[in-house]
Amino acid sequence: MQKQEPLLSVRELSVAFKMRDCVLTAVDGVSFDLDRSQRLGLVGESGAGKSVTGFALLNLVSRPGYISGGHVFFEGRDLATVSEEEMRNIRGNRISMIFQDPMMTLNPVLTIGQQMIETLKAHRHISQHEAEKLALSKLQKVAIPSPEKRLTQYPHEFSGGMRQRIVIAIALLTSPSLIIADEPTTALDVTIQADIMELLLNLCEEEEMALLLITHDLAVVSQVAERIAVMYAGRIAELGSTEAIVNAPQHPYTQGLLKALPQKVERRKRLNQIPGSMPSLQERPPGCAFYDRCELRGEICHREIPRLEEKNGGLVACHMVKTVAGKEKK
Amino acid sequence: MRLFKKITGSNLFYNFLRDPMAIGSATVLLFLIVASFGAPIFAPHNPYDQTTIDIMDAELPPIWTGAADADSRFLLGTDPQGRDMLSTMLYGMRVSVLIGVGAVVLQSLIGIIIGLIAGYKGGRMEALLMRLADVQLSFSTYMVAIFISAVFQGIFGMGVYSDYALGLLILVIGFAEWPQYARTVRASVMAEKNKEYVEAARVIGLPQRRIMFRHILPNTMTPVLVISTVQVANAIMSEAALSFIGLGMPPSQPSLGSLIKSGFDYIASGSWWISLFPGIALVVLILSINLLGDWLRDYLNPKLYKD
Repeated sequence: MQKQEPLLSVRELSVAFKMRDCVLTAVDGVSFDLDRSQRLGLVGESGAGKSVTGFALLNLVSRPGYISGGHVFFEGRDLATVSEEEMRNIRGNRISMIFQDPMMTLNPVLTIGQQMIETLKAHRHISQHEAEKLALSKLQKVAIPSPEKRLTQYPHEFSGGMRQRIVIAIALLTSPSLIIADEPTTALDVTIQADIMELLLNLCEEEEMALLLITHDLAVVSQVAERIAVMYAGRIAELGSTEAIVNAPQHPYTQGLLKALPQKVERRKRLNQIPGSMPSLQERPPGCAFYDRCELRGEICHREIPRLEEKNGGLVACHMVKTVAGKEKK
Repeated sequence: MRLFKKITGSNLFYNFLRDPMAIGSATVLLFLIVASFGAPIFAPHNPYDQTTIDIMDAELPPIWTGAADADSRFLLGTDPQGRDMLSTMLYGMRVSVLIGVGAVVLQSLIGIIIGLIAGYKGGRMEALLMRLADVQLSFSTYMVAIFISAVFQGIFGMGVYSDYALGLLILVIGFAEWPQYARTVRASVMAEKNKEYVEAARVIGLPQRRIMFRHILPNTMTPVLVISTVQVANAIMSEAALSFIGLGMPPSQPSLGSLIKSGFDYIASGSWWISLFPGIALVVLILSINLLGDWLRDYLNPKLYKD
């Protein structure tokens, strides 16, 4: 324990979906580490395998999907070998998850209080009174006004931003060491997005929780996360510190994403875009999945899948990125 | 008091007050139920008490017919055993309602649990349970009921049968119709289980049983509520039909169906009232339940808003 082992360590995680006549690999050999109270952003476009990765961490990939390879180590334990009973105790207790649409994730027929207390009772022996007290304190933490009254209300009596706050409060209940937030602000309007993100950030720091932020929004993730992993077609294309990714992206895909951000373009000019679209699961090429859209592509890219390697201080999966001398040891 | 306020303040109640059909049928239904369950208080005679029955009073016509043998004690006349029609009908309606509600409680219990498991687990479990439901449905209710009642009567004799008839009918009708519930609940569960709140409940680490019964089940109750009203009416009809062919309630503790039957033999000889009055009571009872069920269905289904 002296040598800090990472809180979460994902090794070559693969998730496949078994279809009638083929097996589609949605997540293909993803590896990353997440230290205690660190924040990692998982960025990628729709269908890149971000959310599936999130669910795979909790061993909750729903059929016909299944984890086809790799390991997830959480607090030193391999989650693949843990019994279903123990796994259930990790879910919601040590690892909490926040979803995109807070209207959908709260059960419409149960009051907020019932749902909060139920979560607590599922994981620890606690009296009704204590559970209520704890629920109240967490609601205060997420800045819900008059929480006593709110506990007896139903989800439809709250606004979207409030609901997401409540979802966060539920996630905080058991003081988990890791929160997986799957597009937590996508369903909210822009003014509230910033509030929620800030709240999440502050709470993570306060409670010393690690955060895995899954999003397609580079702007959001660069404000919150310390490190960013860019996913493309089921693989990690680039992984590095936020600063490095935003200021000096190496992978052509990351570069393309950053160029497409509106603030990088002069006014009255068309936004940059990456031509083409991500290959679907059925038509992944034998080589680099980004080949068709890449500006730097070479002959080797067509044949060989690039591995995630350390180049210039960050991890990049691209044949064409060359190590620049002098930048190596940084 | 709070509960009362909650009910009167609800949308359901608001909608109810604005639907004359609903108010009408609910009033009639309430009247029938109060009258039948309060029968020991309201009824002028006790048809179960053998000592008060005189066979010499048999088949007396209703008083208002003005017939010579009409007896002022019997408002609606008497049945072939000399019991007061009005009292017997009230007691009989109580039996009918008991069987109807009892059978539906049993049906829904079996059906909801099976439908919930089938819908949530899916796969082989679902295939097995739903095929079981199909098999059950392929026997008609009456066939199953006739079969079981006949076998029971054959083995234990009429005497024992009379003692257990009520429970047996609830069991038979309840068991024959559970697939209705299983199918309805399964369909709703399949729609609900892919919603994110179920995913969230799994992520929270709740055990499966808790997710099924506490999170999914309450969200599938709307259609269950609607078919329950129809099923109560159906169960009462089934019981009446069984009694009519002599396999339901025995004449000593008649239901509406067995009263109709006992009068049926005398219709040709002019004693029409023995069948007619229980028949009217049955029709009114079923009609009011069905109308109330229709209103409930319309209320709970926003797609069917009337203009």
